Amino acid sequence: MIWIVKNLWLIPVLPLFAAGIIAVNKQPARKLAATLAIGSMALGFLLSLCAFAATLGHHGDGVFREVFSFPWIQFGGQWMDIGWVLDPLTAIMLMMVTFVGMLIFIFSVGYMAHDENFMRFFCFLALFAAGMLGVVIANNLFLFFVSWEIVGLTSYLLIGFWYHKPSAAAAAKKAFITTRIGDLGLLLGMVWLYAETGTLNFYDGGKGCLESGALATMLTHATIGGMAVSTMIGLLIFLGAVGKSGQVPLHVWLPDAMEGPTPVSALIHAATMVAAGVFLVARVYPLMSVGGIIGAHGVPVTTSLTVITWVGAITAIFAASIAVAQNDIKRILAYSTVSQLGYMMMGLGVGGVAVGMFHLITHAFFKALLFLGSGSVIHGCHEEQDVRKMGGLKKYMPVTFAVYAVGMLALAGFPLFFSGFWSKDEILHSAHNWPVSHIPFLLGCTGALFTAFYMTRQVALVFFGSYRGHEEKSAHGHSAHAHSHSSESSHDPHESPAVMTVPLIILAGFAILLGFVGTPAWPWFDGYLTGEEFKFDFSKLTEPGTLGLMLASAAIVFTGLGLGWFLYGKRQRKTVAEKDVLEAAQPFIYKLLENKYFIDEIYEATVIRFNAFAAWLCDFADQWIFGGAVLLVKYITVGLAWLYRLTDEYFVNLGFDTGCEALREGGGGLSKLHTGRVQTYLRVIGVALVALIIFLIWGRKA
Amino acid sequence: MTPLQGCLLVSALLFAIGFAGAVTRRHAILALVGIELMLNAANLNFIAFWRYGAHPEALTGVMFVIFSIAIAAAEAAVGLALIIAIYRHKKTSNLDEVKELKG
Repeated sequence: MIWIVKNLWLIPVLPLFAAGIIAVNKQPARKLAATLAIGSMALGFLLSLCAFAATLGHHGDGVFREVFSFPWIQFGGQWMDIGWVLDPLTAIMLMMVTFVGMLIFIFSVGYMAHDENFMRFFCFLALFAAGMLGVVIANNLFLFFVSWEIVGLTSYLLIGFWYHKPSAAAAAKKAFITTRIGDLGLLLGMVWLYAETGTLNFYDGGKGCLESGALATMLTHATIGGMAVSTMIGLLIFLGAVGKSGQVPLHVWLPDAMEGPTPVSALIHAATMVAAGVFLVARVYPLMSVGGIIGAHGVPVTTSLTVITWVGAITAIFAASIAVAQNDIKRILAYSTVSQLGYMMMGLGVGGVAVGMFHLITHAFFKALLFLGSGSVIHGCHEEQDVRKMGGLKKYMPVTFAVYAVGMLALAGFPLFFSGFWSKDEILHSAHNWPVSHIPFLLGCTGALFTAFYMTRQVALVFFGSYRGHEEKSAHGHSAHAHSHSSESSHDPHESPAVMTVPLIILAGFAILLGFVGTPAWPWFDGYLTGEEFKFDFSKLTEPGTLGLMLASAAIVFTGLGLGWFLYGKRQRKTVAEKDVLEAAQPFIYKLLENKYFIDEIYEATVIRFNAFAAWLCDFADQWIFGGAVLLVKYITVGLAWLYRLTDEYFVNLGFDTGCEALREGGGGLSKLHTGRVQTYLRVIGVALVALIIFLIWGRKA
Repeated sequence: MTPLQGCLLVSALLFAIGFAGAVTRRHAILALVGIELMLNAANLNFIAFWRYGAHPEALTGVMFVIFSIAIAAAEAAVGLALIIAIYRHKKTSNLDEVKELKG
């Protein structure tokens, strides 16, 4: 076994230790906290590189996979193992998480510089990284679930980092509870899987639950409605992924989660945690795809994968359409993330692990870039998040603008030069070839159009035109007008420091370059993950199917970009209060989109009302039924106690008290004999002696 | 009346006088004098029973009495010291007023 496999546990444990050390330190050790967190991630990245190197060079002879397991807990006669696995999927995720995490940590040093809870922030960040890396290396659904819950917890802590804001506290609660619904499904799936196969290890030399033996057993067992057990377990596990990855209908928490600090949004709600759900599906892909009919393009079709595809496709278009009508810079990105996660799910469903994972990796980089870029914008605009109050930032923040443009073009899928194009194209390509239905493909294409459109809208509103942030200040009063003019320069947006821009530039580089590892001409990524042979073949690019689709997707992107530029770029809004162009044209649809299809309101009216009713019912039962029973017991006890008291007082104590009183009086009487005069005693002794002598004399005579 | 009877009569008289003094006197030193008288009555008995007893040549009675006198001297010293201590403490040597042990 290679040393890196044995020591893979170091990667999550390093940030865990960093979090621990930061947590026990005294408060104002900012430098130490940042160094520890960033250092642990950098070391983790180096180790990940070693792990990655170990997995390279195995094309053609199957997938490289080494596991290390050891028994942990004993249940009755059975041992629960935990352990880790090193395969291409793990290695690629490890590199992504540690590298993006490290850059975001560095960015946070600048972004959180003025926050007084700097230490707490880095402690949570490091803990989060530990949980996420634990998810990635786990070779066991149990360890996976534990790490998954650590991730959920830290997500809660970080969303609610500014807990003094009621909205942040509520958002944290919402995120926690919503993902909990999905986690329940995951837990049920986990238990069922254990009951069915007797193991939770993914790979275990032929005995693991993702290997052929266990899969065959699960396939033959049928359950409700004739479905195979494997399908049911797959769907339950997918429910966990739905919660974590913000798929419809559990997507509601993700946009609200933007209440957290921006680096958190970038780290958790763009690059890593939400990708954990996608990663989960990719990890248990053998379970999802078992028994499927192999389609024309070598992709299996099963019930689970069909469900995943549909959920993903609906999420992709649904969230993309909402993003069109949002005005908060981070909320637009949040809905964009939900939409892109939908693409990933769809990619897993229609094209297998490599397709979905490729988009996950590229998305992690450019979405982290966009979020950090928006953080830089927010920081520069004095904590302003409303895009209507920005504008013209191109002039003030040239570096941020340049990298943001790269991220935006990557997300929109600008042809050939940006990673998003290649990964999204691969998903659309697979969806096009999907034998079950064509609708996901069409939904995906429409989503791509929306994506290009809303990103153009955002960039046009934020970076072009003229700055609208002063409007409010000068509108406050004319008397202060002259004064506000003189102090305007300090209110102007400013470029962020290097500690924030350098990570952005690095991320921008990757947002461009990463695309080239998975082009149709050189599908290295696909070959790496599946272990299949591949070669450089430029002619594949010009195959009629591929080329046509690429052209179509390019046309879609250009339409979106053009439409966005035409509506928002060419004719800039003049004031903050001005109506949106779409709102003016289609007020009803705009209202619907702006309010996110009223999903929150629908939940409020149904699920939450039901929940409130159930709570009321429980309260009623508690107060009157169980409370009544308790009260009855109380009265019986009190009655008995009263009876006991009477018996005690009037029967037991009475006799005892009388005895005691008599004894006391007797003692008092006798004590009177003690006069304290020695001569009296002597007299008594004399009299007694005389009496004794008389008695002795008379006694002898008698 | 034999000499022994005479001696016993004197010693009984002496004991009765001493006892009456110890019991009736208010003054602590006079009570102590009474006690000494009683002690000497006992010593007289020792001498009388030895002198007129079965073995007058054995000197046993004299030995007893010398020890008894020595102990009486020590006892008198302790008694006087107690009386002085009580006097210092209570500014009186009247035995009727010394009754701390009253129950």
